[in-house]
Amino acid sequence: MKKSVIFGALTVAGLAAGAAAAGTLDDVKARGKLNCGVTTGLVGFAAPDANGKWDGFDVGVCRAVAAAVLGDPAAVEFVPTTGKTRFTALASGEIDMLARNTTWTFSRDVDLKFTFVGVNYYDGQGFMVPSELGVSSAKDLDGATVCIQTGTTTELNLADFFRANNISYEPVPIETNAEGQQQYLAGACDVYTTDASGLAATRATFEDPGAHVLLPEIISKEPLGPLVRHGDDNWGDVIRWTLNALITAEELGVSSANVGEMSSGTNNPEVNRLLGTEGNLGEMLGLSADWAKAAIMAGGNYGELFEKNIGENTPIGLARGLNAQWTDGGLIYSPPFR
Amino acid sequence: MTTLTDPPKESFRLSMLIYDSRYRSMTIQVVAMIFFMLVAAWLLNNAIINLNTLGKPISFKFLSNPAGYDINQRLLDYSSRDINLRAALIGLLNTLVVAVLGCITATIIGVIVGVLRLSSNWLVARIMTVYVEMFRNVPVLLWIILAWAILSESLPKIKSFRGENATSSMSLFDSVAITNRGIYIPEPLFSRSLGNIHLLGDSGLRFDISIDLIAIVVVLALSIFGMRKVTARANAVQEATGDRPTTWYIQLGILFVPMIALLVALGFHLGLPELKGFNFKGGTHLRNSLIALWLALSLYTAAFIAEIVRGGIMAISKGQSEAAAALGLRPNRTMSLVILPQALRVIIPPMISNYLNLTKNSSLAIAVGYFDLTGTLGGVTLNQTGRELECVLLLMLVYLVISLLISAVMNWYNKRVELVER
Ligand SMILES: N[C@@H](CCC(=O)N[C@@H](CS)C(=O)NCC(=O)O)C(=O)O
Repeated sequence: MKKSVIFGALTVAGLAAGAAAAGTLDDVKARGKLNCGVTTGLVGFAAPDANGKWDGFDVGVCRAVAAAVLGDPAAVEFVPTTGKTRFTALASGEIDMLARNTTWTFSRDVDLKFTFVGVNYYDGQGFMVPSELGVSSAKDLDGATVCIQTGTTTELNLADFFRANNISYEPVPIETNAEGQQQYLAGACDVYTTDASGLAATRATFEDPGAHVLLPEIISKEPLGPLVRHGDDNWGDVIRWTLNALITAEELGVSSANVGEMSSGTNNPEVNRLLGTEGNLGEMLGLSADWAKAAIMAGGNYGELFEKNIGENTPIGLARGLNAQWTDGGLIYSPPFR
Repeated sequence: MTTLTDPPKESFRLSMLIYDSRYRSMTIQVVAMIFFMLVAAWLLNNAIINLNTLGKPISFKFLSNPAGYDINQRLLDYSSRDINLRAALIGLLNTLVVAVLGCITATIIGVIVGVLRLSSNWLVARIMTVYVEMFRNVPVLLWIILAWAILSESLPKIKSFRGENATSSMSLFDSVAITNRGIYIPEPLFSRSLGNIHLLGDSGLRFDISIDLIAIVVVLALSIFGMRKVTARANAVQEATGDRPTTWYIQLGILFVPMIALLVALGFHLGLPELKGFNFKGGTHLRNSLIALWLALSLYTAAFIAEIVRGGIMAISKGQSEAAAALGLRPNRTMSLVILPQALRVIIPPMISNYLNLTKNSSLAIAVGYFDLTGTLGGVTLNQTGRELECVLLLMLVYLVISLLISAVMNWYNKRVELVER
């Protein structure tokens, strides 16, 4: 009995390893669908709307890739993953890419063997508490009960922060954001901590968002971005340059509104290269010439995706801050298209 | 014996391995064994090669790296700087805590329900049937989650204990606080404690043994030994004279006086929980996750145990209870002196598998955020280090060892019960 179980596990490991081989671009094209791992539901980043259609900032990246590769932003199979299941899903080949508020860290890159293709949101870990507690700093949280999502960088940062400040806390581990929200609102924990963007998104769905404050401390760096498995650089390039295309498009003033007009030729050679009217960048990637145009048309350029899903005019109300273009003093910066 | 009657020695031919029924089964077994080992080696080799090409060769080094995360319920000292091995140990102890608590309560509830189900009182018997059918037929995971949801949604919030117009207050003379974060109960403290014995230095498996606890156990053992001696003497006197000396006050004295003296000497007192800052401080905190898991596992397993107990009792022939009644035993004494001891023989073997099930089901702890072995080694550690295969192999090994130990203990007990009967 014991033996058969162990061998079962070994077979699975053997098969899983086999599935992680190269050729993802061809697989996706043959399948006609992109399997994209997203959150189980974080409004603004990735959540199904009332009609069951996935929408959000991370979803926008999936759709842009699907448009670039398959010419159809709807050709995506969204796979909800939790903080714990996401890496197994990617490593085993169940998903082709992961776009799920995932922090780029050394060990995830080097040890877990994932390639982060870029950063689509520069974030940091924050704390949310009910205003009635009257807490104004995270350093006043000694003895508090804190809800944290397991399998995240959040739980590690939290342990480090409380330890460094020599204060104690009681962790309540949870699996998904929805569960965290329920526990926090039920008063089973005093504090909810995760990426500040996630807190803003979670608070926006509360009945009375005004009754909860985000504390001023940001205790970590959380560069969030899409990732793929190691070992298929070609596929990594496709995702990396699709994200860069969205960023460059904003920088160069190409938007979903004017991309049609601009793709008939402009006098800016970089725009022309981006949109495929000059050179053969698409071909080099193994895609059609108008791949970037399709990606931009899917949901707009980086700035449009930001404003539409999480920007200041949405309930989530995030300012661009670090996520402004480098030309506006932010960190969003794409290497040149040449 | 005599060389004369020996048949002529037949020489051994290779074909006899197949055609001679004396060797055939042996041959088949050997061949099957070789085949099995080959397949196993192939699978193992395949997995190792694949993991190597992935750049993740099997390695258990992660066990000695810092875990980095905190654990809320810890029976030994632990901080986020401790190594993954220690986090696994803390998890293992948490697994054992629910398993032991669960097995005890499941047995108590199961026996009571099983006996009551045979009650001649129609209503009681029916209620017990409903209980058994309800718990047996719904997956235990749902019971765990239901218990947890009820606890965290319906019990008073911490904030309702706070301030001038608090709407909730502590129970039992302000010694117990029932909140939606768990139940805080008084904890035993010793103001003149004898300290601890520290074992295994600063390794990941280090632990302390309280000398106070050892003292209590020793005194208790001595008292029980003394009480036995008194009983034996009383028996001897009764044999000799026919009169049994009254010993109950001596027995109680032997049990309580040394214990009370010890507790006073150690400065025993209760630490009461009190609301300080965000939470209740002091006392022992029984977290919702533990209570939910414990409750659900006990009630669920008790339903099965009840059936086993009922079956065991019904297996004892009616003549036994009639004979007991004829001897003048009252029904409850018939049950405890005649029926149950015999029923135990039938009950114990299936009971083992229920204890095993309860222990293995405790790995569902993850659903309510209880840090058991699956939550630490198979949860956070697995996730943060990405060592799936290693963690799962270790997990299986540990559960296997726990299960084998439970089986061994129960089998030993089973043997004892059998011997007593025969
Ligand atoms: N960035 C951190 C945390 C990521 C994380 O779990 N974020 C939460 C809240 S921002 C989330 O996306 N939850 C959605 C879900 O539960 O599916 C990491 O990569 O470990």
